Amino acid sequence: MNKTVNQKAWFLILPVLLLVAFSAVIPLMTVVNYSVQDTFGQNKFFWAGLNWFKEMMASERMWDALGRQIAFSTIILAIEIPLGIFVALNMPKKGFWASTCLILMSLPLLIPWNVVGTIWQIFGRVDIGLLGYTLAAMGIDYNYTQDFYAAWATVIVMDVWHWTSLVALLAYAGLQSIPDAYYQAAKIDQASRWKVFRFIELPKIMGVLMIAILLRFMDSFMIYTEPFVVTGGGPGNSTTFLSIDLVKMALGQFDLGPAAAFSIMYYLVILLISYVFYTVMTNLDKRDGH
Amino acid sequence: MSDFTNTATKRGFALPKIKGNAIVMGLYLLFLLLPIYWLLNMSLKNNSEILNSFTLWPQDLTFDNYITILTDPSWYMGYVNSMIYVVMNMVISLVVALPAAYAFSRYTFLGDKHLFFWLLTNRMAPPAVFALPFFQLYSSVGLFDTHIAVALAHALFNVPLAVWILEGFMRGVPKEIDETAYIDGYSFPRFFLRIFTPLVASGIGVTAFFLFMFSWVELLLSRTLTSVNAKPIAATMTRTVGAAGIDWGVLAAAGVLTIIPGALVIYFVRNYIAKGFALGRV
Repeated sequence: MNKTVNQKAWFLILPVLLLVAFSAVIPLMTVVNYSVQDTFGQNKFFWAGLNWFKEMMASERMWDALGRQIAFSTIILAIEIPLGIFVALNMPKKGFWASTCLILMSLPLLIPWNVVGTIWQIFGRVDIGLLGYTLAAMGIDYNYTQDFYAAWATVIVMDVWHWTSLVALLAYAGLQSIPDAYYQAAKIDQASRWKVFRFIELPKIMGVLMIAILLRFMDSFMIYTEPFVVTGGGPGNSTTFLSIDLVKMALGQFDLGPAAAFSIMYYLVILLISYVFYTVMTNLDKRDGH
Repeated sequence: MSDFTNTATKRGFALPKIKGNAIVMGLYLLFLLLPIYWLLNMSLKNNSEILNSFTLWPQDLTFDNYITILTDPSWYMGYVNSMIYVVMNMVISLVVALPAAYAFSRYTFLGDKHLFFWLLTNRMAPPAVFALPFFQLYSSVGLFDTHIAVALAHALFNVPLAVWILEGFMRGVPKEIDETAYIDGYSFPRFFLRIFTPLVASGIGVTAFFLFMFSWVELLLSRTLTSVNAKPIAATMTRTVGAAGIDWGVLAAAGVLTIIPGALVIYFVRNYIAKGFALGRV
C-alpha cells in the first residue's frame, strides 16, 4: 500500500514513545551508568571507564555461557523449524479436527514458563515422573540433575515441547494462504510431493517462517525460567545460559559493574542478530509485494 | 508403545482418507499432552500415592490439593494478583498501541522505519537485563510491590508486540475507507472509534490474546517487582518447597490451575490463532 507523508503522525506515536521511554530507556540508562562505574559501597560511585567491559571480554565465564547459549539456540532451531513445518504439513485443513488440533497445540504456549519447568521437572524424575520412570525401567541411566547429557536432553526436549507448536502454527497459517490453483497446476505437471513442497509451499511460507525463526531465536536466546526451574543451571554450570548467569551475577552476587557490562554486550548481540533477521524479513515482505 | 499405535489407529479410523497425516498428528499431540496429563494425574493424588507407588491414573482420587489452594488466601490471591496485572497490562498496551499502529500502517513520517525497529528491539530485550534496573526504578518511585509496576514492566515487551500485530492487521484494511469517512465529514477521533476500530476488531482480539499470553507466562520480572501484595501465582508456587520436602500434589494442582485461563482464552480465539501468530502478516 502506498502511504502518505504526514509528519503529524508523530502525535499518534507519542503515547507509545513516552511509555516505552519510561519502561525501557530509563532502566537501560541505569545499566549503562553501572557499567562504567565502580563502587566501594555506601552508594559512592566513581568512574571506571571501560574496565568492566575489558574484564568481561576476558572472562572465561561469560564466553562459556555464550558458547552454551549459541549451542542451545542452534540445536533448538535445527529441531523446531523442520519439525514445525512437518507438523504443519500434516495438520487437517479444516473442520472440527483442524480447530481441535489448533487448540491442543496452543496449549503449551499458554502455560507459565515456570510451570513448564515444573511439568518437566516432575515428568523427568526417576521416582515419580512418567518419562524418568520409563527410561529407568528400560535400563537407561537417566538423571537430569547429575548427568550432563541428560540435563541437556531434558532442556532441549522441553523447549521443543514448549515451542514447536509456534513454528507449526505459523507455517500452517502460511500454508492456508496458498490458493488451490497452485496445487492444481502442480498436479497437471505431475510434480512430486517433494517438488510441490520445494517450489510451491516453501517459497510461500518463507515470510512467516522468518517470523518464526526471529521469534524463536530471540526467545531462546533470552531463556531463563524453564532451565532454571528444571536444572538450576547445573549439573555444575552445564546448562547455565546467558540469562541465568546474568541474574546470578546481578541479583545473586550483586556485582553491578560486571553484570551491567555483561547486560549491554548481551543485548547488543541479540540486537545485531535480530537486525539481520529483520532485514531479511522486510526484504521478503517487499518482494512478495506487501 | 501400545498407547502410540492405539491413538493413531483410532484417529486413522475417524479420518480414513488422510491416515498418514493422522498418525503424525496423533503422535505429536500425544507428545504434547502426555506431560500435561501427568501433571493432572499427580494433582489428583495424595502425596503418599505420588511418592510410594507409581500409578498411571489416580487409584485413590482426591481433590484435597485443589481444596487446599482454593481455600487458602495466600494461594488463591496469587491468581487474583496475576489476573489484575495481566488485565491492566492488556488495557494499557492496547490503548497506546492502537493509534501508533494506525500511524505506522497509514503514514510515512520522519524516522518511521527506525522508530519501528527501535520499538521491536524492546521485544528483543532480555528481561534478565532489566530485572535489576526495574527493581530500582520502581522502588524509587514507590511502585514496588504494586500491580501497576508489573503491568508497566510487561509493557516493555508487550507494547512493541501489540504495535507489530495491529499494524499487520490494519494494513489489510483498504485505505479508501479512511478517505471516504473523511469526505463524509468524520473527525479523526470519531472515525477511529466508530468506524476503524470495529473493522480491526478481530485483530484487537488476537492482540489481546497475545498480550494476555506473554504477560501471563512471564515470571522473572513479575517475581522481581513484587513481594507480598502483588505476588503472582507463578512466584507463589515456589512456596510448596517446605521443611518436609516438596508438596508435589499441591504443586501439581497449582500448575493445572495456571493452565486453565490460557485454555479458556485459546478457545475464544481459536479461528484467528494461526493468523495471529503470523502477526497479521498472512
